[in-house]
Amino acid sequence: MSVFINKDTKLVVQGITGRDGSFHTKQMMEYGTQVVAGVTPGKGGQTFESTVPIYNTVADAVSATGANTAVIYVPPPFAADAIMEAADSGVQLVVCITEGVPVLDMTKVYPFVKERGIRLIGPNCPGLISPGESKVGIIPGRICTPGPVGVVSRSGTLTYEIVYQLTRAGIGQTSCVGIGGDPINGTNFIDCLAAFEADPHTKAVAMMGEIGGTDEQEAADFVKHHMTKPVVGFIAGQTAPPGRRMGHAGAIISGSAGTAAEKIEAFEAAGMGVAKRPLDFVELIKARLK
Amino acid sequence: MNLHEYQAKDILKGFGVPIPPGEVATTPEQAKALAEKYGTAVMVKAQVHAGGRGKAGGVKFCKTPADAFEKATAILGMQIKGLTVEKVLVTVAADIGSEAYVGIIVDRARKKPVFMVSAAGGIDIEQVAAETPEKIKYHPVDVRYGLQTYEAMQLGFFLYQDVKLARAAAKIMQQLYAAFMASGCSLAEINPLVVTPTGEVLAVDGKMVIDDNELDRKPAVAALRDESSEEPSEVDARNNNLTFIKLDGDVGCVVNGAGLAMATMDLVKYYGGEPANFLDIGGSSNPEKVVNALRIITADTNVKAILFNIFGGITRTDDVANGIVTATKANPLKVPLVIRLTGTNEEIAMKILTENGFSASSDMDEAVQKAVALAKGGK
Repeated sequence: MSVFINKDTKLVVQGITGRDGSFHTKQMMEYGTQVVAGVTPGKGGQTFESTVPIYNTVADAVSATGANTAVIYVPPPFAADAIMEAADSGVQLVVCITEGVPVLDMTKVYPFVKERGIRLIGPNCPGLISPGESKVGIIPGRICTPGPVGVVSRSGTLTYEIVYQLTRAGIGQTSCVGIGGDPINGTNFIDCLAAFEADPHTKAVAMMGEIGGTDEQEAADFVKHHMTKPVVGFIAGQTAPPGRRMGHAGAIISGSAGTAAEKIEAFEAAGMGVAKRPLDFVELIKARLK
Repeated sequence: MNLHEYQAKDILKGFGVPIPPGEVATTPEQAKALAEKYGTAVMVKAQVHAGGRGKAGGVKFCKTPADAFEKATAILGMQIKGLTVEKVLVTVAADIGSEAYVGIIVDRARKKPVFMVSAAGGIDIEQVAAETPEKIKYHPVDVRYGLQTYEAMQLGFFLYQDVKLARAAAKIMQQLYAAFMASGCSLAEINPLVVTPTGEVLAVDGKMVIDDNELDRKPAVAALRDESSEEPSEVDARNNNLTFIKLDGDVGCVVNGAGLAMATMDLVKYYGGEPANFLDIGGSSNPEKVVNALRIITADTNVKAILFNIFGGITRTDDVANGIVTATKANPLKVPLVIRLTGTNEEIAMKILTENGFSASSDMDEAVQKAVALAKGGK
């Protein structure tokens, strides 16, 4: 069992013929994801890898194939339009991998998506994987294995690191969700925590946050009041100098707002386990699965 | 990207915001000439990317041109928070009756641009927010409709009782909003917005921060970047599509992804070392990025060991391996290199590295401990 995607997920890939899109579509297909369609305007009628039909628009792809999920690999200037196109096409879940989407574009996209009742994950995220069932995005499949832990993270590669360490220790995952590090994203920690709480197969949750903003503090509050399952948290950027931007638009600390110390304190106050380094997740999660 | 005050004011002026006349000077002579030209008292204001310029002595009132010469002499070349003042803005000093604050910021929680206005402007607005939050009005804007006139009037009346002043402020808020959206800002503020004794509403200081993701599609705004006010190695990195921040330690770090890069720095510290930098080579890496990363890191003479921590997703680890081989062939390293690499195309990457005499680990803790020990002179 899993959250958001499973073996019934039927995927349409926006930007399927691009460098990243084609590479990762092949990886998703090898993993077993049902890739039912691709979209590249002007290449409608062609096929990808001789098997996946390509359409000019997402609407065409959805009506021809019944796709229920879209993943976006288009360049940043086109990403906002691609998200809105997907949200207007009949799919229920839109996953935007693209990094570098202007935040003002997202102020337009966010209400558009919400009003249609569509779930958006990202942008600037690695996507998600339900091990053994389906992968949508770029999380390397071989580092995951099925099991009882739900994983949610604001970072891409840091997620891989922690999933990899869990898998090496024999601890599998129900689903791993990368929500992305941008200031405005479609799905937040609380959405994922609620989904894991509702998923009968998830027994514990690993959550990776970063400095900047207050999402982790709000998530800790949700854990305290609404979750029965144990949650272990980690904050990246404990040694980051104040006031400097560390790549992610989200990873900004100024003054006392959004520091690692503040977030870790919120985790502790919520009775969560706190990992000081990625490797600590292994023992902390193990102890909570007993 | 931060804009200087004079750049922000130029943009705001273009959208109709009333701003006292002013120009930039780089020498005391120019400052004096401007003061003579305006024929009134002026302010001489340091143009650096740092807050608290006034408290640092970088903003001075000058009654006469001779005074402007003297104050500009003192301010030009002074250090404010480690930054050297290269330029001053010489601007007509406004008669100030009252000072208000008007700002717009993209708010993560509301997922909208949010206006913050307060009649208690001029001083530290954070202090007002902390101590007297009722003195600040927050107003989120739906970008699909923009700031409507009635909304701007609500904000105007929050600042001023008088309808003329409220209207003038409302108009400025709509102009500020238009400038904010058109320039791709993540923050724009006027502080203070003043009312003069004759009843004029004027923007006396302006600040803008541009979302870096906007720069590709806004070349006119991107051209305002002042590279002389930044760390040269950070400029070099940015021009090569790397995110680099110089720190004080001796373990040079090359990592893909901001989260993993921060976690790697944290782990260096956990094992008793000090990171020399934050460096994110980003996704979709090509070998050239790695070559540039190594060039920038090795230019820092504090670096005693270099640590690669690459977890391939969209980054292909074979690209990174090829970059390491190319870079070290062209410029052999003088400090030890520790490579940790796993993920997409790992087998190919390992083969490339082994064939070229490198060893690599797939364990992060092991690699970090090794790099920390090497930086300390261990084996």
